[in-house]
Amino acid sequence: MAEMTLVQAIGDALRVEMRDDPDVLVLGEDVARVGGVFRVTSGLLDEFGEDRVLDTPLNEGGIIGTAIGMALYGLRPVAEIQFADFIYPGFDQLVSEASKYRYRSGGEYHVPMVVRAPYGGGIKGGQYHSQSPEALFIHTAGLKVVCPSNPYDAKGLLASAIRDDDPVLFFEPKRVYRAMKMDVPGERYTVPLSQAKVVRAGTDVTCVAWGAMLFEAAAAAEKCAAERVSVELIDPRTLWPLDLDTLLESVEKTGRLVVVHEAPRTCGFGAELVALLSERAFLHLEAPPRRVTGFDTPFPYTHENEYLPLEHRITPALLETARY
Amino acid sequence: MDNRERRTTDTGSPPPDARRTGGDGRGASRAHERVPAPPRDRPALRVIGDDGRPDTERDPQLTDDEAVTIYRAMVRSRRVDARLLKLQRQGRVGFHVGHLGEEAAIIGAAAALEPRDWIVPCYREAGAALYRGFPLQDYVDHMFGNAGDFAHGRQMPDHFVSEPLHILSVSAPIGTQIPHAVGLAMAMKRAGRDEVAAVYFGDGATSSDGFHSAMNFAGVFKAPVVFLCRNNGYAISLPTARQCAAEALADKAVGYGMPALCCDGNDALAVVATVREAAAHAREGRGPTFVELLTYRLGAHSTSDDPTRYRDEAEVERWRARDPVVRMRAYLIERGAWTERDEASLVEAVDAEVREAVVAAEAKPKPALHEMFREVYEAQPWHLRDQERECLSVARTKEPA
Repeated sequence: MAEMTLVQAIGDALRVEMRDDPDVLVLGEDVARVGGVFRVTSGLLDEFGEDRVLDTPLNEGGIIGTAIGMALYGLRPVAEIQFADFIYPGFDQLVSEASKYRYRSGGEYHVPMVVRAPYGGGIKGGQYHSQSPEALFIHTAGLKVVCPSNPYDAKGLLASAIRDDDPVLFFEPKRVYRAMKMDVPGERYTVPLSQAKVVRAGTDVTCVAWGAMLFEAAAAAEKCAAERVSVELIDPRTLWPLDLDTLLESVEKTGRLVVVHEAPRTCGFGAELVALLSERAFLHLEAPPRRVTGFDTPFPYTHENEYLPLEHRITPALLETARY
Repeated sequence: MDNRERRTTDTGSPPPDARRTGGDGRGASRAHERVPAPPRDRPALRVIGDDGRPDTERDPQLTDDEAVTIYRAMVRSRRVDARLLKLQRQGRVGFHVGHLGEEAAIIGAAAALEPRDWIVPCYREAGAALYRGFPLQDYVDHMFGNAGDFAHGRQMPDHFVSEPLHILSVSAPIGTQIPHAVGLAMAMKRAGRDEVAAVYFGDGATSSDGFHSAMNFAGVFKAPVVFLCRNNGYAISLPTARQCAAEALADKAVGYGMPALCCDGNDALAVVATVREAAAHAREGRGPTFVELLTYRLGAHSTSDDPTRYRDEAEVERWRARDPVVRMRAYLIERGAWTERDEASLVEAVDAEVREAVVAAEAKPKPALHEMFREVYEAQPWHLRDQERECLSVARTKEPA
């Protein structure tokens, strides 16, 4: 057991998975010599060599496209996209190729690949170092989308993602890359995909949040407690395929729902969560489900802390929903 | 199923001296060797003359059996192609991508590879799959999208796949498959296996993102890839000259630090010689080669296309006179390895085989409806289970008992 930041825990997951399985390798821009711009892959080159830690040319379509080829051959590549905002040149490879390979080949081939990408705002990254594009990939049949919020979950979820036989997008909340340290086991362990976690039990309103916004929601829940409103906070951890049962059970209990995400509101994943839970728990609902999200603008630079759904926006939404 | 378990046979005879238009092999083991530009004064390699006689210096020295096998595959794929075109026109098959006139490029390239090598197809290479042993019935079932289709009717016709034959799956976006070949090749190289990845694409694909990223990665990582560019003159309606301003598509190889070879793609022996050389280059650890196969699409782009809107019949006639099947037949007859009687019995056998496959395919039911919801993921998640149930509960297509 060691105290680790999110960055260290993800790096540790890569290290232990690579030690255990020679088919696991890492590729991406600047991942080898400098260990990635956020240093997640730091030290891997020294331990595993150039054959398994590959600095690639600067082309996301090439990174994801060649990773698909490696996966089709039987390797388990973990590709890093430097920022989620730069994933779009590889979008065609993810949407047209990786996601459909098993289906279109009648199961003859599959793509056991992980694409890691730091996502989200809060680091003064402006339009192109702040985006949260998860909904685009949830909308694409055949992809799995994972978003850890803390070091322990991140290590275990990444281990599961690497061992999974489907392509997994692994979005890392870079705003909290170094915000906390947590006890993380040194050995291999997994946190299963598609299993949500009730982070805080409560009775009055259900709040669903993931990644860096989980901490904002937790702070909001704390404020609500002072106002005698009990919030049940759930971290889906895997966004898709979703653990709907855990969410449904909570909403049936509280009758109230607030979803928080950084991505723009319209057609964001919050819209899907509200729809799914409204369809299934309609007669339990005591208030209109609410979304506290990024706005439908490009991600702004100066006013990013007004754009982001931080505690000061979540708390009133929770209270209003609880008191509706 | 483990993709990495595969046959390990010998490489075969040493490669012939096809004309390499770049990369003389000096210091071949050095990681970032610079490659000279393709000289302009060398014509594309041609082996079979108009009279059917081979240029003995350039002849890949195929045995009678090898040459006849290639020819038989060319005739077979042409007749299958023609039959599918008719079936589409009759409304019995939904769609077809033909390859009339490109048989030498497609099958010659496949024949130059070892069975353990990987083929990454575009959508026009059903002939390569059939040459490798993809069962005709499986292909025809797929064309009908029936219960026998490997993809359970999930893909349009001509989107074949065969893991046992080391053939990747076909998709329709242009050039997206090219980086996959590089990834395969990087994995082969790392595993130290004596294998090559050969990727087919058309002239139009040389404009695609996938082409450029793949060429660049292959050059940087010295991946054992053979880039097979079937330059058939047109990307749907756009002639190659409007696709690219370079004098030759092969020029693109220079920018990615790899050699280029160019050959008459309607000359099966020239294709075999050229692709063998490129594959040997890759096998020797010297990295990728760009191969331009100069051919011509005698038919339409697909059954949805009307080429009379964008090209002259006179141009088509000029290329019809350079028919790759006729040329290979002339060569075999000149060589004494083929007779008119052989031709007649081949045609009869192929036609019968196709007829039977079509009859069998038409007798098969549609794929089970539930297959629409399977194999999206390894295990079916709840939402697809729910949607499958929803679909089946009101479906007009009844599930087989």
